[in-house]
Amino acid sequence: MSPALRRRENISGYLFLLPSLVFFVGFVVIPMIMCVVTSFYDANMNLNTPDVFIGFGNYVELWQDPVFIKALVNTFIIVGVSVPFVCAFSLWVASVIYKMREGLLSFFRIVFYLPVVTGSVAVTVVWKWMYNNYYGIFNHLLKGAGIIDSNINWLGDPKYALWCIIIILLTTSVGQPIVLYVSALSNVDQSLVEAAEVDGATNFQVFWRIKWRQIMPTTLYILVITTINSFQCFALIQLLTSGGPNYATETVMYYIYYTAFKLYRFGYGNAMGVILAIFIGLLSALQFRLAKEK
Amino acid sequence: MKKSKDNGQSVAYRIISFIVLLVLALIFIFPLYWIVTGMFKPPAAINSPTPQWWPQEWTLRNITELFSRRTAPLFGNLSITVPGAVRWMINTVFMAVMAMILTCVTASMAGYALAKKRFFGRTLLFSLIVAAMALPKQVILVPLVREISALGLYDNIWAVIFPTVGWPFGVFLMKQFAEGIPGEMLEAARIDGASELRTFTSVVTPMIKPGIGALAIFTFINSWNDYFMQLIMLTSNSNLTISLGIATMQAENSTDFGLIMAGAALAAVPIIIVFLLFQKYFTKGITMGAVKG
Repeated sequence: MSPALRRRENISGYLFLLPSLVFFVGFVVIPMIMCVVTSFYDANMNLNTPDVFIGFGNYVELWQDPVFIKALVNTFIIVGVSVPFVCAFSLWVASVIYKMREGLLSFFRIVFYLPVVTGSVAVTVVWKWMYNNYYGIFNHLLKGAGIIDSNINWLGDPKYALWCIIIILLTTSVGQPIVLYVSALSNVDQSLVEAAEVDGATNFQVFWRIKWRQIMPTTLYILVITTINSFQCFALIQLLTSGGPNYATETVMYYIYYTAFKLYRFGYGNAMGVILAIFIGLLSALQFRLAKEK
Repeated sequence: MKKSKDNGQSVAYRIISFIVLLVLALIFIFPLYWIVTGMFKPPAAINSPTPQWWPQEWTLRNITELFSRRTAPLFGNLSITVPGAVRWMINTVFMAVMAMILTCVTASMAGYALAKKRFFGRTLLFSLIVAAMALPKQVILVPLVREISALGLYDNIWAVIFPTVGWPFGVFLMKQFAEGIPGEMLEAARIDGASELRTFTSVVTPMIKPGIGALAIFTFINSWNDYFMQLIMLTSNSNLTISLGIATMQAENSTDFGLIMAGAALAAVPIIIVFLLFQKYFTKGITMGAVKG
């Protein structure tokens, strides 16, 4: 490359990037840095009162905060249940539908994507009605089937509330993984599959030995996005239970919102954000490791 | 003939799995069905322990109720007032369209530069973008609120538009599409004496059109449904989005499920129609964004 051309490439490259960089740096990178910095301060919403540096004060307090611990445990329950379930469920659905005619395939893909597109608020309010103690269909159906004797206050009972949230979360989480798995399965190298079949491999063997290996990158991607999504479960909690009853559905994301925007403890909220990011990062790294070893 | 093995996967398994799939499909459609039918049920049918699977008596009461609450100015601080729901709809469409346009323009330019330009610091910048994508988006929203307040944008619709544009997924997606542009075409344009901008608009843009389509629909839907960001950035009645407005109504009239279903339908049906119209692009965007993810 001639120096003149190199200069032109440099300048034009940066000019094309500039508009995007302004937004990326301004609204993603700076808040990211601020999140870490503010977590070492006693800071509030008011811009006129100066923040007070307290070192690891917020972090120390976090581990002595029973609500935070409870939120962390609940978050891990949500992640632990939803991630494997979403992966297995969407792989199964995808494996059933990916060979179907185009029309039928689109139909199922759309149906399982619907709860995502419907939006968290619309989805949540209708589930709230379905879970309702007096007018909800669940109590009606379960009583009709003789499974329960009297109405259960699903969202108001600490025994059930978290599971009710997880069920809704699952229906809004499988859409994207199904789309991804369908595309991955139809891209599996057909010659390998045929060769194995000629050699007399069973369907089961073909799946585990060939297909499963080839869709591994997709599985990994799905694991990571589902983990991130489950960690950030928020709208459901805020609209259905506000973390209650008795912190039974408190999650880290909801507690961050609560401390930052209801108690106006910005530094404390950011410290939780940092912890959350670390957990997500560790979990993603672990998933990459496991996938590589296999 | 080669299919014989496939059919060996017993017919019974196939039939059973198809039935299970249909049942699941019904379950997934049901909430939407319940919203749309609930919207037309009178309070007596809604507040009854025995649900009506199909409305026995149809009413527009919920819809008129929805459009009689919380009046707001039609636009800005105009003296013409409209029902809150109308204003929220205008805000939401404005927000989603602006986020979509800005994202598509900035991301396609940046994606092209990252894929095709050999400039200093390119690899480093791209790694930074990928790393940012792996972080939980909502974690940055708390500090973002303070930044937005400092910029004087708090409780302003632009406060939810700008951060959406900054999210690097679009740049990543457009880079994937721009990789496919043959270098010879760019070379030819340069030899013909086309300016950089001209090369971009008349050579690059037509080639990455499917990508722009995918990103446009993706951004539109995500921005429409990004409840958390809207919740923390917008407060006053005339600045709410439709999701926020419905959430507020829900908090005020938590037992009037008919009214709330009408609101939920207003928030969900338009975006579902948009999704159905453009779902091919959408599916493409999801899969392309994951290829090297």
